[in-house]
Amino acid sequence: MVTSVTNLGRSGLYDWLVQRFSAVILASYTFCLLGSFIAHPEMDYLQWKALYESNPMRIFSLITLFALCAHAWIGMWTISTDYLTAMLLGNRATLVRLLFQSGCAILVAIYLIWGIQILWGN
Amino acid sequence: MKDNRPKNIDFSTLSLPLPAIISILHRISGIFVFLGVAVLLYLFDLSLQSEAGFGQVLEILSHSPSKFVAWAILASLLYHLIAGLKHLLMDMGIGETMQGALFGAKLTIGLFIIAAALAGVWVW
Repeated sequence: MVTSVTNLGRSGLYDWLVQRFSAVILASYTFCLLGSFIAHPEMDYLQWKALYESNPMRIFSLITLFALCAHAWIGMWTISTDYLTAMLLGNRATLVRLLFQSGCAILVAIYLIWGIQILWGN
Repeated sequence: MKDNRPKNIDFSTLSLPLPAIISILHRISGIFVFLGVAVLLYLFDLSLQSEAGFGQVLEILSHSPSKFVAWAILASLLYHLIAGLKHLLMDMGIGETMQGALFGAKLTIGLFIIAAALAGVWVW
């Protein structure tokens, strides 16, 4: 069996499941946040700050941040291995793909660290 | 292994059915959302820093060009969300027939147009 070294779980089946599990978390968070915006259209700074100082919201946001990072990595990995191939790019394909994946990994790492800092740092 | 099967990789000679267009747009919107998260995190960070920062976010979002950027990110997110929900339903075996897939694709477009319009009303 050939296993890839760049995908998240080293197994397509594991990635498939993580992609769907994280999708449900991301969708739930999006609906919750949109719902609170619609319920409080004139939200001011103090209400906004209080929302993100409550532990349930911080924990939900942190879990969503993890889900976002996993979901984005699996998605970008899938796109890069589907389109940045030798068939389309020739010999340079592996280099181009690894550069693209490196860029995505850096962006995912920035989002993760930045997000944690916003949620728990203030 | 030598593969002598004929290949047709000239995509211009192929016409994609509607569910395939929905699927490729799901991927493209995913890339947009991935990049858009940088903007969202920036605004999120600023809004929680101080009362002045919160006001600055409202000020930024009061100009037309940034309204359009916010709407574009929101619309990409909504498209990705709706097409993703369709994907999850199809994983459960719902709408996997030929007519079902076509209906699901049309429903995705319909719901997206409504959601994008509502997002536009909300932003402007």
